[in-house]
Amino acid sequence: MHRIKLTDHLILIFGVLFLLLPIWVVFASSTHRPETILNQGLQFWIGDYFWETYSAVLFDNTGFTEAVNAVLMLKNSLILGLGFSVGKILISTIAAYAIVYFRFPAGSFFFWIIFSSLLLPLEVRIIPSYEVVSKLGMLNSYTGLILPLIASATATFFFRQFYKSVPEEILEAARIDGAGPFRFFVDILLPLSKTMIAAIFIIMFVVGWNQYLWPILMTTDESYFTVVMGIKQILNDLEGNRIPQYNKALALSFLAMLPPVMVVLIFQRWFVKGLVESEK
Amino acid sequence: MKRQQFDSSTLPYLLIAPQLAIIFIFFVWPAAQAVYQSFMLEDPFGLASQFVGFDNFIDVVSNEHYARSALFTALFSGLVAFLSMAIALLLAVKADGILHGQSAYKIMLTWVYAVAPAVAGMMGVFLFDRSIGPLNHLFNATGWPFNPQLDVFDASVTVILVSVWKQISVNFIYFLAGLQSIPRAVREAALIDCRNGFRRFWTVTLPLLAPTGFFVLVINITYAFFETFGVIDTMTRGAPGGGTATLVYKVYQDGFLGADIGGSSAQSVILMILVLGLTIVQFRVLEKRIHY
Repeated sequence: MHRIKLTDHLILIFGVLFLLLPIWVVFASSTHRPETILNQGLQFWIGDYFWETYSAVLFDNTGFTEAVNAVLMLKNSLILGLGFSVGKILISTIAAYAIVYFRFPAGSFFFWIIFSSLLLPLEVRIIPSYEVVSKLGMLNSYTGLILPLIASATATFFFRQFYKSVPEEILEAARIDGAGPFRFFVDILLPLSKTMIAAIFIIMFVVGWNQYLWPILMTTDESYFTVVMGIKQILNDLEGNRIPQYNKALALSFLAMLPPVMVVLIFQRWFVKGLVESEK
Repeated sequence: MKRQQFDSSTLPYLLIAPQLAIIFIFFVWPAAQAVYQSFMLEDPFGLASQFVGFDNFIDVVSNEHYARSALFTALFSGLVAFLSMAIALLLAVKADGILHGQSAYKIMLTWVYAVAPAVAGMMGVFLFDRSIGPLNHLFNATGWPFNPQLDVFDASVTVILVSVWKQISVNFIYFLAGLQSIPRAVREAALIDCRNGFRRFWTVTLPLLAPTGFFVLVINITYAFFETFGVIDTMTRGAPGGGTATLVYKVYQDGFLGADIGGSSAQSVILMILVLGLTIVQFRVLEKRIHY
Protein backbone atom coordinates (compact mmCIF):
# COMPACT_ATOMS: atom_id res chain seq x y z
CA MET A 1 0.00 0.00 0.00
CA HIS A 2 2.74 2.40 1.00
CA ARG A 3 4.77 1.82 -2.13
CA ILE A 4 1.77 2.40 -4.38
CA LYS A 5 1.17 5.80 -2.81
CA LEU A 6 4.80 6.69 -3.46
CA THR A 7 4.45 6.06 -7.18
CA ASP A 8 1.26 8.14 -7.14
CA HIS A 9 3.20 11.07 -5.74
CA LEU A 10 5.97 10.52 -8.26
CA ILE A 11 3.51 10.64 -11.13
CA LEU A 12 1.95 13.82 -9.77
CA ILE A 13 5.33 15.46 -9.23
CA PHE A 14 6.31 14.54 -12.75
CA GLY A 15 3.09 16.14 -14.00
CA VAL A 16 3.76 19.30 -12.03
CA LEU A 17 7.31 19.51 -13.38
CA PHE A 18 6.11 18.97 -16.94
CA LEU A 19 3.73 21.91 -16.57
CA LEU A 20 5.94 24.27 -14.59
CA LEU A 21 9.47 23.70 -15.91
CA PRO A 22 8.90 25.52 -19.23
CA ILE A 23 7.62 28.58 -17.39
CA TRP A 24 10.50 28.44 -14.95
CA VAL A 25 13.06 28.25 -17.76
CA VAL A 26 11.44 31.24 -19.47
CA PHE A 27 11.56 33.28 -16.28
CA ALA A 28 15.08 32.22 -15.27
CA SER A 29 16.48 32.93 -18.73
CA SER A 30 14.84 36.35 -18.86
CA THR A 31 17.10 37.45 -16.01
CA HIS A 32 20.28 36.85 -18.01
CA ARG A 33 22.06 38.91 -20.65
CA PRO A 34 21.21 38.17 -24.29
CA GLU A 35 24.87 37.24 -24.92
CA THR A 36 24.71 34.56 -22.22
CA ILE A 37 21.57 33.08 -23.74
CA LEU A 38 23.02 33.22 -27.24
CA ASN A 39 26.21 31.46 -26.21
CA GLN A 40 24.95 28.97 -23.65
CA GLY A 41 21.28 28.49 -24.50
CA LEU A 42 18.32 28.98 -22.19
CA GLN A 43 19.19 29.14 -18.50
CA PHE A 44 17.81 27.02 -15.68
CA TRP A 45 18.80 29.31 -12.85
CA ILE A 46 18.18 32.98 -12.13
CA GLY A 47 20.77 35.47 -13.32
CA ASP A 48 21.80 38.94 -12.15
CA TYR A 49 19.96 41.07 -14.69
CA PHE A 50 16.36 40.84 -13.54
CA TRP A 51 15.92 44.55 -12.98
CA GLU A 52 17.80 45.66 -16.12
CA THR A 53 15.73 43.43 -18.39
CA TYR A 54 12.35 44.10 -16.85
CA SER A 55 12.72 47.85 -16.49
CA ALA A 56 13.85 48.06 -20.10
CA VAL A 57 10.88 45.99 -21.29
CA LEU A 58 8.39 47.85 -19.14
CA PHE A 59 9.48 51.44 -19.69
CA ASP A 60 11.72 51.79 -22.77
CA ASN A 61 9.78 52.74 -25.85
CA THR A 62 10.17 50.58 -28.93
CA GLY A 63 8.22 49.76 -32.08
CA PHE A 64 8.01 51.61 -35.38
CA THR A 65 6.64 54.72 -33.73
CA GLU A 66 9.01 54.46 -30.77
CA ALA A 67 5.97 54.87 -28.53
CA VAL A 68 5.12 51.43 -27.16
CA ASN A 69 6.37 49.76 -24.04
CA ALA A 70 5.11 46.88 -21.96
CA VAL A 71 3.29 49.19 -19.54
CA LEU A 72 1.15 50.51 -22.39
CA MET A 73 0.50 47.02 -23.71
CA LEU A 74 -0.40 45.73 -20.25
CA LYS A 75 -2.80 48.64 -19.87
CA ASN A 76 -4.47 47.76 -23.19
CA SER A 77 -4.72 44.11 -22.17
CA LEU A 78 -6.28 45.16 -18.88
CA ILE A 79 -8.85 47.29 -20.71
CA LEU A 80 -9.60 44.38 -23.05
CA GLY A 81 -9.86 41.86 -20.20
CA LEU A 82 -12.03 44.06 -18.01
CA GLY A 83 -14.15 45.45 -20.85
CA PHE A 84 -14.75 41.95 -22.16
CA SER A 85 -15.69 40.42 -18.81
CA VAL A 86 -17.77 43.32 -17.49
CA GLY A 87 -19.50 43.81 -20.84
CA LYS A 88 -20.35 40.14 -21.09
CA ILE A 89 -21.73 39.99 -17.57
CA LEU A 90 -23.84 43.16 -17.97
CA ILE A 91 -25.39 41.99 -21.20
CA SER A 92 -25.81 38.34 -20.35
CA THR A 93 -27.32 38.65 -16.86
CA ILE A 94 -30.24 40.69 -18.22
CA ALA A 95 -30.63 38.70 -21.44
CA ALA A 96 -30.76 35.43 -19.49
CA TYR A 97 -33.23 37.04 -17.07
CA ALA A 98 -35.54 37.86 -19.99
CA ILE A 99 -35.26 34.34 -21.39
CA VAL A 100 -35.88 32.49 -18.15
CA TYR A 101 -38.32 34.69 -16.24
CA PHE A 102 -40.55 36.21 -18.91
CA ARG A 103 -43.28 34.86 -21.10
CA PHE A 104 -43.09 36.64 -24.42
CA PRO A 105 -43.97 35.47 -27.92
CA ALA A 106 -40.60 35.93 -29.61
CA GLY A 107 -38.75 34.51 -26.61
CA SER A 108 -37.85 31.11 -27.97
CA PHE A 109 -36.98 32.53 -31.39
CA PHE A 110 -34.50 34.92 -29.79
CA PHE A 111 -33.17 32.14 -27.69
CA TRP A 112 -32.29 30.14 -30.77
CA ILE A 113 -30.58 33.09 -32.43
CA ILE A 114 -28.47 33.60 -29.34
CA PHE A 115 -27.81 29.88 -29.16
CA SER A 116 -26.60 29.78 -32.77
CA SER A 117 -23.88 32.31 -31.98
CA LEU A 118 -22.26 29.69 -29.78
CA LEU A 119 -21.76 27.38 -32.72
CA LEU A 120 -19.47 29.58 -34.76
CA PRO A 121 -16.41 31.02 -33.07
CA LEU A 122 -14.93 34.26 -34.30
CA GLU A 123 -12.07 32.37 -35.94
CA VAL A 124 -14.45 31.02 -38.58
CA ARG A 125 -15.78 34.39 -39.64
CA ILE A 126 -12.77 36.64 -39.14
CA ILE A 127 -12.66 38.27 -42.56
CA PRO A 128 -16.32 39.32 -42.77
CA SER A 129 -16.15 40.40 -39.11
CA TYR A 130 -13.15 42.54 -39.94
CA GLU A 131 -15.05 44.09 -42.85
CA VAL A 132 -18.08 44.85 -40.70
CA VAL A 133 -15.97 46.47 -38.02
CA SER A 134 -14.05 48.50 -40.58
CA LYS A 135 -17.32 49.65 -42.21
CA LEU A 136 -18.49 50.83 -38.80
CA GLY A 137 -15.24 52.79 -38.44
CA MET A 138 -14.23 50.85 -35.35
CA LEU A 139 -10.73 49.71 -36.37
CA ASN A 140 -8.12 50.80 -33.86
CA SER A 141 -10.56 51.50 -31.05
CA TYR A 142 -11.37 49.77 -27.78
CA THR A 143 -15.01 49.42 -28.87
CA GLY A 144 -14.01 47.55 -32.00
CA LEU A 145 -11.64 45.43 -29.98
CA ILE A 146 -14.16 44.42 -27.33
CA LEU A 147 -17.70 44.41 -28.80
CA PRO A 148 -17.29 41.75 -31.52
CA LEU A 149 -15.75 39.39 -28.96
CA ILE A 150 -18.80 39.78 -26.72
CA ALA A 151 -21.07 38.52 -29.51
CA SER A 152 -20.60 34.89 -28.50
CA ALA A 153 -23.24 34.06 -25.92
CA THR A 154 -21.31 31.74 -23.59
CA ALA A 155 -22.03 33.80 -20.46
CA THR A 156 -25.72 34.06 -21.34
CA PHE A 157 -25.82 30.29 -21.23
CA PHE A 158 -24.09 30.04 -17.88
CA PHE A 159 -26.59 32.46 -16.39
CA ARG A 160 -29.55 30.78 -18.06
CA GLN A 161 -28.50 27.47 -16.52
CA PHE A 162 -27.99 29.11 -13.16
CA TYR A 163 -31.33 30.94 -13.13
CA LYS A 164 -33.10 27.72 -14.05
CA SER A 165 -31.60 26.08 -10.98
CA VAL A 166 -32.99 28.79 -8.69
CA PRO A 167 -36.02 27.30 -6.85
CA GLU A 168 -39.47 28.33 -8.14
CA GLU A 169 -40.65 29.14 -4.62
CA ILE A 170 -38.39 32.17 -4.44
CA LEU A 171 -40.21 33.89 -7.27
CA GLU A 172 -43.61 32.85 -5.86
CA ALA A 173 -42.72 34.29 -2.48
CA ALA A 174 -41.37 37.49 -4.00
CA ARG A 175 -44.53 37.98 -6.02
CA ILE A 176 -46.75 37.44 -3.01
CA ASP A 177 -44.75 40.14 -1.28
CA GLY A 178 -45.48 42.38 -4.24
CA ALA A 179 -42.07 42.50 -5.91
CA GLY A 180 -42.12 43.51 -9.56
CA PRO A 181 -39.67 42.23 -12.19
CA PHE A 182 -37.17 45.00 -11.47
CA ARG A 183 -37.20 44.56 -7.68
CA PHE A 184 -36.98 40.80 -7.99
CA PHE A 185 -33.92 41.04 -10.27
CA VAL A 186 -32.01 43.62 -8.25
CA ASP A 187 -32.91 42.56 -4.71
CA ILE A 188 -33.17 38.81 -5.02
CA LEU A 189 -31.75 37.30 -8.18
CA LEU A 190 -28.51 39.30 -8.41
CA PRO A 191 -27.52 38.73 -4.76
CA LEU A 192 -28.22 35.02 -5.28
CA SER A 193 -25.93 35.01 -8.33
CA LYS A 194 -22.99 36.66 -6.58
CA THR A 195 -20.62 33.68 -6.60
CA MET A 196 -21.66 32.78 -10.12
CA ILE A 197 -20.94 36.32 -11.30
CA ALA A 198 -17.53 36.30 -9.59
CA ALA A 199 -16.65 32.95 -11.16
CA ILE A 200 -17.69 34.04 -14.65
CA PHE A 201 -15.91 37.34 -14.22
CA ILE A 202 -12.62 35.54 -13.53
CA ILE A 203 -12.99 33.13 -16.43
CA MET A 204 -13.98 35.86 -18.85
CA PHE A 205 -11.17 38.12 -17.73
CA VAL A 206 -8.66 35.40 -18.55
CA VAL A 207 -10.34 34.68 -21.88
CA GLY A 208 -10.41 38.38 -22.76
CA TRP A 209 -6.81 38.99 -21.74
CA ASN A 210 -5.64 36.00 -23.78
CA GLN A 211 -7.26 37.07 -27.06
CA TYR A 212 -4.77 36.97 -29.89
CA LEU A 213 -6.25 36.71 -33.38
CA TRP A 214 -8.81 39.49 -33.13
CA PRO A 215 -6.41 42.12 -31.73
CA ILE A 216 -3.93 41.27 -34.50
CA LEU A 217 -6.53 41.93 -37.18
CA MET A 218 -8.08 44.93 -35.51
CA THR A 219 -5.12 47.04 -34.54
CA THR A 220 -2.59 48.59 -36.85
CA ASP A 221 -2.08 51.54 -34.52
CA GLU A 222 0.60 50.53 -32.03
CA SER A 223 -1.00 52.44 -29.18
CA TYR A 224 -3.75 49.76 -29.14
CA PHE A 225 -1.41 46.77 -29.03
CA THR A 226 -2.13 44.26 -26.26
CA VAL A 227 0.67 42.39 -24.55
CA VAL A 228 -0.34 38.98 -25.94
CA MET A 229 -0.11 40.26 -29.50
CA GLY A 230 2.98 42.33 -28.67
CA ILE A 231 4.70 38.95 -28.60
CA LYS A 232 4.21 38.65 -32.35
CA GLN A 233 5.90 42.00 -32.80
CA ILE A 234 8.84 40.94 -30.66
CA LEU A 235 9.11 37.75 -32.67
CA ASN A 236 9.46 39.75 -35.87
CA ASP A 237 12.06 42.04 -34.28
CA LEU A 238 14.15 39.10 -33.04
CA GLU A 239 15.28 38.19 -36.51
CA GLY A 240 16.54 41.67 -37.32
CA ASN A 241 18.96 42.21 -34.45
CA ARG A 242 22.64 41.37 -34.48
CA ILE A 243 22.41 39.97 -30.98
CA PRO A 244 18.77 38.86 -30.65
CA GLN A 245 17.20 40.40 -27.55
CA TYR A 246 16.13 37.00 -26.21
CA ASN A 247 16.01 38.24 -22.64
CA LYS A 248 13.47 40.95 -23.49
CA ALA A 249 11.30 38.63 -25.54
CA LEU A 250 11.29 36.10 -22.69
CA ALA A 251 10.50 38.82 -20.17
CA LEU A 252 7.57 40.01 -22.26
CA SER A 253 6.22 36.45 -22.49
CA PHE A 254 6.46 36.18 -18.75
CA LEU A 255 4.74 39.53 -18.23
CA ALA A 256 1.97 38.53 -20.64
CA MET A 257 1.06 35.45 -18.59
CA LEU A 258 1.60 36.93 -15.14
CA PRO A 259 -1.70 38.84 -14.59
CA PRO A 260 -4.13 36.10 -15.69
CA VAL A 261 -2.10 33.51 -13.78
CA MET A 262 -2.23 35.64 -10.64
CA VAL A 263 -5.98 36.09 -11.01
CA VAL A 264 -6.50 32.34 -11.37
CA LEU A 265 -4.20 31.58 -8.43
CA ILE A 266 -5.81 34.10 -6.09
CA PHE A 267 -9.39 33.23 -6.99
CA GLN A 268 -8.69 29.52 -7.47
CA ARG A 269 -11.83 28.31 -5.74
CA TRP A 270 -14.28 30.55 -7.61
CA PHE A 271 -12.61 29.92 -10.89
CA VAL A 272 -12.76 26.14 -10.57
CA LYS A 273 -16.36 26.38 -9.44
CA GLY A 274 -17.25 28.55 -12.43
CA LEU A 275 -15.64 26.15 -14.87
CA VAL A 276 -17.25 23.08 -13.37
CA GLU A 277 -20.70 24.69 -13.07
CA SER A 278 -20.63 25.69 -16.71
CA GLU A 279 -20.47 22.06 -17.67
CA LYS A 280 -23.96 21.33 -16.37
CA MET B 1 -38.25 27.66 -18.48
CA LYS B 2 -39.94 28.53 -15.25
CA ARG B 3 -43.56 27.69 -14.52
CA GLN B 4 -43.89 31.00 -12.80
CA GLN B 5 -43.11 33.85 -15.14
CA PHE B 6 -43.63 37.55 -15.40
CA ASP B 7 -46.02 38.88 -18.00
CA SER B 8 -44.81 42.09 -19.51
CA SER B 9 -45.12 43.40 -23.01
CA THR B 10 -42.00 45.51 -23.39
CA LEU B 11 -39.59 44.76 -20.54
CA PRO B 12 -38.23 41.42 -21.81
CA TYR B 13 -37.53 42.97 -25.21
CA LEU B 14 -35.61 45.77 -23.57
CA LEU B 15 -33.61 43.31 -21.48
CA ILE B 16 -32.66 41.14 -24.39
CA ALA B 17 -32.07 44.02 -26.84
CA PRO B 18 -28.36 44.70 -26.11
CA GLN B 19 -27.43 41.04 -26.53
CA LEU B 20 -29.44 40.74 -29.73
CA ALA B 21 -28.04 43.95 -31.18
CA ILE B 22 -24.48 42.78 -30.68
CA ILE B 23 -25.25 39.36 -32.07
CA PHE B 24 -26.93 40.81 -35.16
CA ILE B 25 -24.15 43.28 -35.92
CA PHE B 26 -21.13 41.16 -35.07
CA PHE B 27 -22.38 37.65 -35.66
CA VAL B 28 -25.37 37.33 -38.01
CA TRP B 29 -24.18 40.03 -40.40
CA PRO B 30 -20.61 38.71 -40.80
CA ALA B 31 -21.80 35.12 -41.02
CA ALA B 32 -24.28 36.06 -43.76
CA GLN B 33 -21.50 38.02 -45.46
CA ALA B 34 -19.27 34.93 -45.43
CA VAL B 35 -22.00 32.83 -47.03
CA TYR B 36 -22.65 35.53 -49.66
CA GLN B 37 -18.96 35.96 -50.51
CA SER B 38 -18.43 32.26 -50.79
CA PHE B 39 -20.55 32.35 -53.95
CA MET B 40 -18.82 35.40 -55.43
CA LEU B 41 -15.56 35.99 -57.20
CA GLU B 42 -13.88 39.30 -56.41
CA ASP B 43 -11.19 40.86 -58.56
CA PRO B 44 -7.85 41.43 -56.81
CA PHE B 45 -8.58 45.09 -56.13
CA GLY B 46 -11.97 44.46 -54.55
CA LEU B 47 -13.65 46.69 -57.12
CA ALA B 48 -16.01 44.27 -58.78
CA SER B 49 -17.38 40.85 -58.02
CA GLN B 50 -19.58 38.38 -59.84
CA PHE B 51 -21.68 35.38 -58.91
CA VAL B 52 -19.84 32.13 -59.57
CA GLY B 53 -22.12 29.54 -57.97
CA PHE B 54 -20.27 26.71 -56.28
CA ASP B 55 -16.98 27.42 -58.07
CA ASN B 56 -15.23 28.61 -54.91
CA PHE B 57 -16.25 25.45 -53.07
CA ILE B 58 -15.14 23.22 -55.93
CA ASP B 59 -11.80 25.06 -56.06
CA VAL B 60 -11.31 24.66 -52.32
CA VAL B 61 -12.27 21.02 -52.08
CA SER B 62 -10.23 19.96 -55.11
CA ASN B 63 -7.17 21.86 -53.91
CA GLU B 64 -4.50 19.47 -52.70
CA HIS B 65 -3.26 21.96 -50.08
CA TYR B 66 -6.72 22.03 -48.61
CA ALA B 67 -6.94 18.25 -48.49
CA ARG B 68 -3.56 18.16 -46.76
CA SER B 69 -4.64 20.77 -44.27
CA ALA B 70 -7.84 18.81 -43.56
CA LEU B 71 -5.81 15.66 -42.94
CA PHE B 72 -3.39 17.53 -40.70
CA THR B 73 -6.29 19.08 -38.76
CA ALA B 74 -7.85 15.67 -38.17
CA LEU B 75 -4.57 14.10 -36.99
CA PHE B 76 -3.60 17.14 -34.97
CA SER B 77 -6.98 17.44 -33.21
CA GLY B 78 -7.16 13.73 -32.53
CA LEU B 79 -3.67 13.60 -31.04
CA VAL B 80 -3.99 16.79 -29.01
CA ALA B 81 -7.34 15.68 -27.58
CA PHE B 82 -6.18 12.14 -26.86
CA LEU B 83 -2.81 13.01 -25.29
CA SER B 84 -4.00 15.91 -23.16
CA MET B 85 -7.03 13.94 -21.96
CA ALA B 86 -5.01 10.83 -21.18
CA ILE B 87 -2.36 12.72 -19.20
CA ALA B 88 -4.97 14.81 -17.38
CA LEU B 89 -7.03 11.74 -16.50
CA LEU B 90 -3.99 9.96 -15.09
CA LEU B 91 -3.10 12.98 -12.98
CA ALA B 92 -6.71 13.46 -11.84
CA VAL B 93 -7.05 9.82 -10.76
CA LYS B 94 -3.79 10.04 -8.83
CA ALA B 95 -4.68 13.39 -7.25
CA ASP B 96 -8.10 12.04 -6.30
CA GLY B 97 -6.54 8.97 -4.69
CA ILE B 98 -4.00 10.58 -2.40
CA LEU B 99 -4.81 12.09 0.96
CA HIS B 100 -1.83 14.33 1.67
CA GLY B 101 -1.02 17.41 -0.34
CA GLN B 102 -3.99 17.13 -2.65
CA SER B 103 -4.74 20.83 -2.65
CA ALA B 104 -1.11 21.73 -3.32
CA TYR B 105 -1.06 19.48 -6.41
CA LYS B 106 -4.41 20.88 -7.44
CA ILE B 107 -3.12 24.44 -7.45
CA MET B 108 0.11 23.56 -9.22
CA LEU B 109 -1.68 21.59 -11.90
CA THR B 110 -4.46 24.07 -12.64
CA TRP B 111 -2.88 27.44 -13.16
CA VAL B 112 -1.40 26.79 -16.58
CA TYR B 113 -5.04 27.26 -17.65
CA ALA B 114 -4.40 31.01 -17.55
CA VAL B 115 -1.54 30.99 -20.07
CA ALA B 116 -2.65 32.22 -23.50
CA PRO B 117 -2.13 29.83 -26.42
CA ALA B 118 -0.07 32.51 -28.14
CA VAL B 119 2.15 32.88 -25.07
CA ALA B 120 2.53 29.11 -24.85
CA GLY B 121 3.53 29.13 -28.51
CA MET B 122 6.08 31.84 -27.84
CA MET B 123 7.59 29.72 -25.07
CA GLY B 124 7.67 26.84 -27.52
CA VAL B 125 9.60 28.98 -29.99
CA PHE B 126 12.37 29.39 -27.43
CA LEU B 127 12.37 25.87 -26.03
CA PHE B 128 12.61 24.35 -29.51
CA ASP B 129 14.96 27.00 -30.93
CA ARG B 130 17.84 25.64 -33.00
CA SER B 131 20.58 27.49 -31.18
CA ILE B 132 19.26 28.20 -27.68
CA GLY B 133 16.47 25.66 -27.10
CA PRO B 134 17.15 22.94 -24.50
CA LEU B 135 14.55 20.63 -26.04
CA ASN B 136 16.21 20.91 -29.40
CA HIS B 137 19.53 19.92 -27.82
CA LEU B 138 17.83 17.08 -25.96
CA PHE B 139 16.29 15.64 -29.14
CA ASN B 140 19.57 15.97 -31.01
CA ALA B 141 21.40 14.24 -28.16
CA THR B 142 19.14 11.20 -28.57
CA GLY B 143 20.24 10.97 -32.20
CA TRP B 144 17.14 12.53 -33.70
CA PRO B 145 18.17 15.12 -36.32
CA PHE B 146 15.44 17.42 -35.07
CA ASN B 147 14.71 20.29 -37.46
CA PRO B 148 11.22 21.82 -37.29
CA GLN B 149 12.10 24.48 -39.85
CA LEU B 150 12.45 21.93 -42.62
CA ASP B 151 10.74 18.77 -41.47
CA VAL B 152 6.93 18.63 -41.32
CA PHE B 153 6.94 15.78 -38.82
CA ASP B 154 9.26 17.61 -36.42
CA ALA B 155 7.27 20.82 -36.77
CA SER B 156 4.05 18.90 -36.04
CA VAL B 157 5.65 17.42 -32.93
CA THR B 158 6.41 20.90 -31.60
CA VAL B 159 2.91 22.34 -32.13
CA ILE B 160 1.26 19.19 -30.76
CA LEU B 161 3.45 19.17 -27.64
CA VAL B 162 2.77 22.82 -26.87
CA SER B 163 -0.97 22.47 -27.54
CA VAL B 164 -1.16 19.42 -25.27
CA TRP B 165 0.83 21.16 -22.54
CA LYS B 166 -1.57 24.11 -22.59
CA GLN B 167 -4.72 21.96 -22.39
CA ILE B 168 -3.83 19.51 -19.58
CA SER B 169 -4.90 21.91 -16.81
CA VAL B 170 -8.47 22.41 -18.03
CA ASN B 171 -8.95 18.69 -18.56
CA PHE B 172 -7.50 17.98 -15.13
CA ILE B 173 -10.01 20.34 -13.49
CA TYR B 174 -12.98 18.68 -15.19
CA PHE B 175 -11.79 15.12 -14.60
CA LEU B 176 -11.04 15.74 -10.95
CA ALA B 177 -14.46 17.36 -10.42
CA GLY B 178 -16.05 14.42 -12.24
CA LEU B 179 -14.21 11.89 -10.08
CA GLN B 180 -15.12 13.69 -6.89
CA SER B 181 -18.79 13.78 -7.81
CA ILE B 182 -18.94 9.97 -7.82
CA PRO B 183 -20.88 9.15 -4.63
CA ARG B 184 -18.85 7.82 -1.72
CA ALA B 185 -21.21 4.85 -1.32
CA VAL B 186 -20.52 3.71 -4.89
CA ARG B 187 -16.77 3.98 -4.38
CA GLU B 188 -16.86 2.00 -1.17
CA ALA B 189 -19.05 -0.70 -2.65
CA ALA B 190 -16.65 -0.99 -5.57
CA LEU B 191 -13.70 -1.17 -3.20
CA ILE B 192 -15.28 -4.16 -1.43
CA ASP B 193 -16.42 -5.97 -4.58
CA CYS B 194 -13.30 -5.50 -6.60
CA ARG B 195 -9.86 -5.62 -5.06
CA ASN B 196 -7.96 -5.01 -8.26
CA GLY B 197 -7.45 -1.26 -8.59
CA PHE B 198 -6.93 -1.30 -12.31
CA ARG B 199 -10.06 -3.38 -13.01
CA ARG B 200 -12.05 -1.23 -10.62
CA PHE B 201 -11.05 1.80 -12.65
CA TRP B 202 -12.10 0.23 -15.95
CA THR B 203 -15.39 -1.27 -14.82
CA VAL B 204 -16.67 1.27 -12.28
CA THR B 205 -14.90 4.62 -12.38
CA LEU B 206 -14.52 5.05 -16.12
CA PRO B 207 -18.18 4.36 -17.05
CA LEU B 208 -19.30 6.75 -14.33
CA LEU B 209 -16.93 9.33 -15.72
CA ALA B 210 -18.28 8.96 -19.28
CA PRO B 211 -20.50 12.08 -19.31
CA THR B 212 -17.59 14.23 -18.11
CA GLY B 213 -15.30 12.50 -20.57
CA PHE B 214 -17.59 13.24 -23.48
CA PHE B 215 -17.95 16.86 -22.49
CA VAL B 216 -14.18 17.20 -22.17
CA LEU B 217 -13.71 15.57 -25.58
CA VAL B 218 -15.96 18.17 -27.20
CA ILE B 219 -14.08 20.99 -25.48
CA ASN B 220 -10.77 19.55 -26.62
CA ILE B 221 -11.78 19.21 -30.23
CA THR B 222 -13.06 22.79 -30.23
CA TYR B 223 -9.79 23.84 -28.63
CA ALA B 224 -7.67 21.97 -31.17
CA PHE B 225 -9.69 23.45 -34.05
CA PHE B 226 -9.88 27.07 -33.02
CA GLU B 227 -7.83 28.10 -30.02
CA THR B 228 -4.59 26.57 -31.21
CA PHE B 229 -4.47 29.36 -33.78
CA GLY B 230 -2.21 31.29 -31.38
CA VAL B 231 0.15 28.34 -31.01
CA ILE B 232 0.48 27.79 -34.74
CA ASP B 233 0.80 31.46 -35.63
CA THR B 234 3.64 32.03 -33.17
CA MET B 235 5.48 28.75 -33.74
CA THR B 236 5.30 27.68 -37.36
CA ARG B 237 2.91 29.96 -39.29
CA GLY B 238 1.84 26.82 -41.10
CA ALA B 239 5.41 26.09 -42.25
CA PRO B 240 7.16 24.11 -43.57
CA GLY B 241 5.19 24.28 -46.81
CA GLY B 242 1.74 24.50 -45.20
CA GLY B 243 2.39 21.22 -43.39
CA THR B 244 1.21 22.49 -40.02
CA ALA B 245 -1.65 24.76 -41.13
CA THR B 246 -4.97 23.74 -39.60
CA LEU B 247 -8.18 24.54 -41.48
CA VAL B 248 -8.77 27.59 -39.30
CA TYR B 249 -5.26 28.82 -39.89
CA LYS B 250 -5.77 28.42 -43.64
CA VAL B 251 -8.89 30.61 -43.54
CA TYR B 252 -6.71 33.32 -42.06
CA GLN B 253 -3.76 32.73 -44.37
CA ASP B 254 -5.75 32.61 -47.60
CA GLY B 255 -8.19 35.36 -46.72
CA PHE B 256 -6.14 37.83 -44.79
CA LEU B 257 -2.62 37.33 -46.01
CA GLY B 258 -3.46 35.89 -49.45
CA ALA B 259 -6.46 38.18 -50.12
CA ASP B 260 -8.47 35.36 -51.68
CA ILE B 261 -11.81 36.48 -50.23
CA GLY B 262 -14.04 34.07 -52.15
CA GLY B 263 -11.93 31.01 -51.40
CA SER B 264 -11.47 31.95 -47.76
CA SER B 265 -15.21 32.54 -47.36
CA ALA B 266 -15.95 29.16 -48.90
CA GLN B 267 -13.54 27.63 -46.35
CA SER B 268 -15.36 29.52 -43.58
CA VAL B 269 -18.69 28.12 -44.73
CA ILE B 270 -17.29 24.59 -44.86
CA LEU B 271 -15.99 25.03 -41.31
CA MET B 272 -19.37 26.36 -40.17
CA ILE B 273 -21.06 23.26 -41.56
CA LEU B 274 -18.44 21.07 -39.89
CA VAL B 275 -18.92 22.71 -36.49
CA LEU B 276 -22.70 22.52 -36.87
CA GLY B 277 -22.41 18.82 -37.64
CA LEU B 278 -20.20 18.30 -34.59
CA THR B 279 -22.74 20.09 -32.40
CA ILE B 280 -25.62 17.97 -33.69
CA VAL B 281 -23.64 14.79 -33.04
CA GLN B 282 -22.81 16.12 -29.59
CA PHE B 283 -26.47 16.60 -28.71
CA ARG B 284 -27.54 13.26 -30.16
CA VAL B 285 -24.91 11.40 -28.19
CA LEU B 286 -25.55 13.37 -25.04
CA GLU B 287 -29.25 12.60 -25.25
CA LYS B 288 -29.03 8.95 -26.14
CA ARG B 289 -25.93 7.20 -25.05
CA ILE B 290 -24.69 8.55 -21.81
CA HIS B 291 -27.30 8.39 -19.10
CA TYR B 292 -26.70 7.19 -15.62
